[in-house]
Amino acid sequence: MPGLEDLYREIILDHYRNPRNRGELDSPPAHRVEGFNPLCGDEIVVYLDLDDERRITDIRIGGQGCSISQSSASMMSAAVKGHTVEEVGDLTRAFKAMMSIHESSLGGEAAEPVELPDVKLGDLEALRGVVKFPVRIKCATLAWNTLAQGIDEALA
Amino acid sequence: MALTTPLDVDAIRADFPLLSRTVHDTPIVYLDSAATSQKPTAVLDAMDAYYRTVNANVHRGVYFIAEQATNDLEAAREKVRRFINASSVSEVIFTKNATESLNLIVQSWGRANLAAGDVVVLSHMEHHANIVPWHMLVAERGIELRWIPLTPDGRLDLSDLDALLDGAKVLSVTAMSNVLGTLNPVRQLTDAARAAGAISIIDGCQSVPHTATDVQALGADFVAFSGHKLCGPTGVGVLWGREELLTAMPPFIGGGEMIRDVRLDGFTCNDLPWKFEAGTPAIAEIIGLGAAVDYLTGIGMDAIRAHEHMLTEYTLRTLADRFGPDIAIHGPSDPDLRGGVFSFAFKDLHPHDISQILDQHAVCVRAGHHCAKPLMKLMGVGATARASVYLYNTTADIDALADALESAGAFFAF
Ligand SMILES: Cc1ncc(COP(=O)(O)O)c(C=O)c1O
Repeated sequence: MPGLEDLYREIILDHYRNPRNRGELDSPPAHRVEGFNPLCGDEIVVYLDLDDERRITDIRIGGQGCSISQSSASMMSAAVKGHTVEEVGDLTRAFKAMMSIHESSLGGEAAEPVELPDVKLGDLEALRGVVKFPVRIKCATLAWNTLAQGIDEALA
Repeated sequence: MALTTPLDVDAIRADFPLLSRTVHDTPIVYLDSAATSQKPTAVLDAMDAYYRTVNANVHRGVYFIAEQATNDLEAAREKVRRFINASSVSEVIFTKNATESLNLIVQSWGRANLAAGDVVVLSHMEHHANIVPWHMLVAERGIELRWIPLTPDGRLDLSDLDALLDGAKVLSVTAMSNVLGTLNPVRQLTDAARAAGAISIIDGCQSVPHTATDVQALGADFVAFSGHKLCGPTGVGVLWGREELLTAMPPFIGGGEMIRDVRLDGFTCNDLPWKFEAGTPAIAEIIGLGAAVDYLTGIGMDAIRAHEHMLTEYTLRTLADRFGPDIAIHGPSDPDLRGGVFSFAFKDLHPHDISQILDQHAVCVRAGHHCAKPLMKLMGVGATARASVYLYNTTADIDALADALESAGAFFAF
């Protein structure tokens, strides 16, 4: 049986207690996007500043949620700040792969081994235990899906 | 004060096989009966016996077991009729669940009787099943929805009821909140609706399993409930309606079983209740539901309510004694005004985290919006944790809940 310590690693609890980049940015100029987890009612708001080189120069996180969704959002904000949207795309794919979600296998095609970007997940590794608690995967990916949507909208 | 129960709970627990299982090597503590109840052996056996010895499609069959299956199904209808004191089996319609029962009312009665500007009165504590079908009719017909507000302690605020009902065609409210536990004054509501010239619909999903129900005494026009919350199987629900209204209503789903005659140029409907039961019904489940109401009747609905009243008192007191201001239980604090559904906020813990840690202690509680998002919004929360009890729960289950909460609090102590 997976234990609580697999899920609630110390680093996760630290991000939950002391969320990074919590708050708002003036929008506009920042891009604001909301995400919902329809199952549990969790909400997240991501504020994004992108520069001309498609780099995330600033990010803020608002909303409410459980320790997993809040800490995942906090870690994400720290991990993506200062990176280009291409780098963030790689990071997102690597993170979702860790959550056992492969973009290519969502398309209905035969699951081929996916070429995973070679990126360091750093603190985000702490969320690896979430896959042992499948109902919580959506909590961990909420912020990432919302960020991806925000980037798409900002570049559109 | 001594807490007593009229039930022999040890004997009752022995009737529910699932309650003897373990989760993570710990005996299960099932506190989610508001979502679905566990099933007694009597129900499982009735369904099993049907499939093993009687299975045949119902109605129309001439051979022996087909007639037996039909008789068993119709006997279950009679059991349900007695259980809710309907005046005739014609008024007892089997559906898939309460959600389908409510949709049937909206799609059949609503579309036949409501036009742009007509008013339907709901309350802020409704389940999505009693909101979304009406929203669909708003989109289709332009009807208007009005909402009965709540008092701070989670009761319906009826101070403006007459104004809300003024000119309304429908009042549709739950008899008991699946979030707050509040037991609503149904008779007062249906009387007010009738005085205003509106029909009344009661969502009995949470009340019918836990309190004696007499649909005639309720004074409503329709009552909807699900089988799976009252010890029956999933896949079967009930719509009770006054015969006069049901007779005048157009059919809901078309197909076999619901017709008397079909021609190239049209069809005529079958009699009640089959007019609303198109296609092969959930035969085994209906028979299982019959066994469930027999089981509950054998124990006694008043005794069940008394037992849950005792557990409600115990739960409110125990959680308040052990956690003081760290816990906030939503809904009325008077056990006379509520059933055994306890949504709570505990310290700063998110409901997901609470239920995750409780699960490690084999304590099953629900976390989420409980299909009542407008109510969540009113309460200013995204979600709550919810424990709920039934006839098989004990004060020891509540102690286990409190112990598990204590360890959740310790785990997240910052
Ligand atoms: C008050 C209330 N109404 C309606 C429903 C819908 O029941 P079902 O999902 O069985 O159709 C529920 C069940 O969650 C409920 O609690």
